Amino acid sequence: MGRRAFVQWERSCTMRGRSDARDGVPIPLCAEAAVANSSQAMEPSEEVLKDLHLRMVRIRHFEEEAGKLMEQGKSPGALHLYIGEEAVASGVMVHLSDQDQITSTHRGHGHLVAKGGEFKKMYAELYGRETGYNKGRGGSMHISNVDAGMLGANGIVAAGPPIAVGAAFSNKYLARVEGRDRMNVAVPFFGDGATNEGAFHEAANMAAIWKLPVVFVCENNGYGEFTPQAEHQAISDVADRAAGYGMPGVICDGMDAVAVWEAAGEAIERARTGGGPTLVECKTYRFVDHVGLRGIGLHYRTDEELEEWRARDPIPQHEQRMIEMGVMTAEEIQAVHDAVMADITESIEFAENSPLPDPADLLNDVYTPTAAS
Amino acid sequence: MTAAEAPAGRQLVYTLAITEGVRQALQEDPLAFMAGEDVAGAGSVFGIYRGLLDEFGPDRVIDTPISESGIIGLAVGAGATGLKPIVDIMFMDFIGECMDEIVNQLAKMRYMFGGKATLPVTVLTMSGAGMNLAAQHSQSLEAWLCHTPGLKVVMPATAYDVKGAIITAAREPNPVFVVMCKGLMALPGEVPEEPYTLPIGKANVLREGDSLTIVAHGRMIHEATKAADILEGEGVSAEVIDPLWLQPLDTETIINSVSKTHNALVVHEAVRFGGVGAEIAAQIAELAFDYLDAPVGRVAAPFSPVPFSPVLEQTYVPNAERIAAEARQILGTG
Repeated sequence: MGRRAFVQWERSCTMRGRSDARDGVPIPLCAEAAVANSSQAMEPSEEVLKDLHLRMVRIRHFEEEAGKLMEQGKSPGALHLYIGEEAVASGVMVHLSDQDQITSTHRGHGHLVAKGGEFKKMYAELYGRETGYNKGRGGSMHISNVDAGMLGANGIVAAGPPIAVGAAFSNKYLARVEGRDRMNVAVPFFGDGATNEGAFHEAANMAAIWKLPVVFVCENNGYGEFTPQAEHQAISDVADRAAGYGMPGVICDGMDAVAVWEAAGEAIERARTGGGPTLVECKTYRFVDHVGLRGIGLHYRTDEELEEWRARDPIPQHEQRMIEMGVMTAEEIQAVHDAVMADITESIEFAENSPLPDPADLLNDVYTPTAAS
Repeated sequence: MTAAEAPAGRQLVYTLAITEGVRQALQEDPLAFMAGEDVAGAGSVFGIYRGLLDEFGPDRVIDTPISESGIIGLAVGAGATGLKPIVDIMFMDFIGECMDEIVNQLAKMRYMFGGKATLPVTVLTMSGAGMNLAAQHSQSLEAWLCHTPGLKVVMPATAYDVKGAIITAAREPNPVFVVMCKGLMALPGEVPEEPYTLPIGKANVLREGDSLTIVAHGRMIHEATKAADILEGEGVSAEVIDPLWLQPLDTETIINSVSKTHNALVVHEAVRFGGVGAEIAAQIAELAFDYLDAPVGRVAAPFSPVPFSPVLEQTYVPNAERIAAEARQILGTG
């Protein structure tokens, strides 16, 4: 990481936590401690920088095209787009394998893309086709890939954290049964609004008391649907809530993939090695409306606010950094965009030409078939 | 195997049959674990899980915080990632705290994911009135669960059935609610020592008869059987069927019986309006209308919260006398 990025990280990343570290888990006491620690922080390799970039670019283009398809009436239903928040999913997912699980939100395409989702199966799902990840039974709000540990987007706010706690319980249980020291990790993604739900609280408490390998990633985009954070909770930093569960709380710049990568990396490693959960708050922003690209025309955000955040777009910011560091040239970056767009064009064609589900199969998969039933 | 066919001899009370069912489910699958409020150290409020912590240790028998959403969420996440959760929601009244996890997550995950998730989850919970525990610790809410595609619901009301239901649920790759009856905890019955299962979706014919079919579930099977005794003394031969599984429901056994007896009476402890009995009555009307000599009767709780005062609670909960009286109405002998 270059010095410029470091300074930015120092500004944006503050660690908070209880004053008494739990069972040897080092919890920095204050912002000064975090800044002091950051000097020994991980440096992302060129490979990591490129990986972060590719994941963000894949999300951005996937979402832009998905939004157009919905608004052109080509794909049914409603889409909640992840545009603007790409650095969060990408920065976290670089640290995870297919054996690590995530739970997602109603704004979940970005999480699946970042976890290696294939565009063909994703667009096919948005089109309600049999070839989709969920065979057209889930659509945008339930898109999933259990084989790769993506336990679903979710139409219910804060439904993911308790499920992730269950997955983390499995991870700890199976590591014990199989005699492994390092555990798989479960990462629930959720918004600032979700932390007002009881389910979030129950999940965080359970993860903390059992020291489960969970990293709670809050995508604080400043709004619970249309309601600004200041009106839906009396704190400005969701990470403050971590103290109530006895776990470390971390704040990072959710518009900077490297900052997220760094904060998430430390928390994930701690979880993997038995140090218990962390709440990582990523300050981010959604560039488009709650639903779709054009949105529904409610003026709950000012143009000035939008412009301010758009100026911090995580993708050009990251590209500029890579160019300055000599990691990629502008031409190489453009080639990444072109390749992603080519994949998207081909995948949309695949989706449009895929078979629809057979209505005769409507009742399939309500239950797992058994010999007894 | 039904209760009637169980080998005579070994008697266990309902509580110990529960314990044995969970113990054997944990013994036969190392990926099975039990979690719930006070299930480990205390063995739950009626001691139904006593001894399991000592036998299986704290990694497999786990006291949770008082967090019903968290408990069902734990089961969903752990079940979808390879374990076999057996979780306890102490009193059924508490499912209001976790209905999202039950209805929107546990029940639907497999379907929403196009069949790419399996939820081998057992939920144990206690229902029913009769102990003066008032409106929030006495309800029979099984209809809520039966209305939700993706769940299976069994309501065992004998020691034999409760053990079998637990082992069946634990071996089942789908979410199963085992709704136990708190009013039957001291009820003895014949329970074989070895593990056994119940056929899913198969009713028990508790008593054969030819002039009236009484379909009762949960604790009401015992009141229905007493009512059949009363009616027998009056020269009426009533058949008593316990569906046992409310989801899936053994419609075939019920319809065959009504086709034979030409009269039907549906009984449960839950409130009458929108109860499982309404579904059973509707199915009888749809499938056996031509066989019926009289409208289908129903005996169930009135449309009110469960009252506290013993005199009110006794009025609220159906009993053998009310069942027999309704039977006489149906048969035109009342």
